[in-house]
Amino acid sequence: MSAFWTLVGRDIRLAVREGGALGTALGFFLIVVAMMPLGLGPDLNLLSRIAPGILWIALLLAALLSLGRIFETDYEDGTLDVFATASLPLELIAAAKALAHWLTTGIPLALLAPVLGILLNLDVKTYPVLIGSMLVGTPSVSFLGAIGAALTVKARRGGLLLALIVLPLYVPTLIFGISVISASAGPSGVGSSFLILMAISLISMALGPLAAAAALRIQLQ
Amino acid sequence: MHRKTEAGVSIGRRHCAELPPWKGPSRLAPLFNPRFHEPAIVKLVAENLVVDRGGRTILDDLSLTAVAGEALILTGPNGAGKTTLLRTLAGFLPQVSGRIRLEGGDAEKIIAEQAHVVGHGNAVKANLTARENLQFWAAFLETEASAARVKTALTHFGLDALDDYPAAYLSAGQKRRLGLARLLVAERPLWFLDEPTMSLDTASTKWLAVAIDAHTANGGLVIAATHLPLGLARARTFDLPGSRTRSAEARS
Repeated sequence: MSAFWTLVGRDIRLAVREGGALGTALGFFLIVVAMMPLGLGPDLNLLSRIAPGILWIALLLAALLSLGRIFETDYEDGTLDVFATASLPLELIAAAKALAHWLTTGIPLALLAPVLGILLNLDVKTYPVLIGSMLVGTPSVSFLGAIGAALTVKARRGGLLLALIVLPLYVPTLIFGISVISASAGPSGVGSSFLILMAISLISMALGPLAAAAALRIQLQ
Repeated sequence: MHRKTEAGVSIGRRHCAELPPWKGPSRLAPLFNPRFHEPAIVKLVAENLVVDRGGRTILDDLSLTAVAGEALILTGPNGAGKTTLLRTLAGFLPQVSGRIRLEGGDAEKIIAEQAHVVGHGNAVKANLTARENLQFWAAFLETEASAARVKTALTHFGLDALDDYPAAYLSAGQKRRLGLARLLVAERPLWFLDEPTMSLDTASTKWLAVAIDAHTANGGLVIAATHLPLGLARARTFDLPGSRTRSAEARS
């Protein structure tokens, strides 16, 4: 298991040293959300009603930008070949890389979301729920995204293809991520939606690495 | 001694005499623990391998045996299938028919888990320093990673003065040496080397030869595709004939 954490540590270190990828994702998140009020007009009631949806969609798109990096550089410089000779199964290698992606992209994006909520007149009382839903929902973004990243690793300029593969997989996360926030205002509370969102993340964490590793084995050929 | 196999593949036996046989101890000696791979590997046997790539038969009914303690040098013109053969032996490529088996070695591990594979890429991260790159591979590939091992590997390939340099600033040859230094940070009985001398200078090629000789002297097995004579102590060449590729349909 130490090899697993060694790999997670290396990926975090690489992400911190490169810096650019996280900066791009955060910047993209900021720009997309900032443009919404400009496009929709200064209707504060409308903005606060659609704010959870805008924040979640913008977060998914921003995370999508950084997904390609999960396996691409490792494929290009031959690291993937060496991974295939490790005693650590390829499934756990894919899991380690997806986990590192969540730690370096998912968490920063989730923490930035309330700041952007101000731009959309989001009710301050919903901030804890917003952060909670995003922290719980973003693991599925990274672990499902790893599948698409592994499938498109050989495709040059595979970014658009990656979006086509991955975005449909994000639909359940999006639906329940938003319903957690809207349920927080209702009488029934956030309980059930929150649990379903958590279940989606857990299922992605279990199945995503299996699918990603199967795709990587094909890429090795 | 030359003979023809059933497959029509010519096997030449040649002992290079440019360098005297490697005799320990050297600075590499501490890296090679005589009991490092228990049970020791005996030989790697490929029988009647047929491998297709993109609808073409690259390897057609190829058989070879590589015995522990020797370096098998794959030669042949471009496109003869050297890389394909190495990747098939490592288990990365599926074969159409034929069989690959390792005699001896750890029965609970597949061939790839007992092998170092150095391909065309160096598996070097530009944003990590030379030392960090090796430390990562040592910790990732070896259960008991040691700092001394990393240091010896860096020193052997002449990178000790550059160890705190980000790998992005290393030259192509230095990056290759860093990629090869990975061979020394984790003990694996099988080495599959694809054009290991790519962008290496004369001195570094010799360091590589010393490392290969130390490995074979310790009962390891090296299969390398290369065009340069390495001057190895225990080497045999295996010539892959070129231009024998034909479409997969024609076989049947």
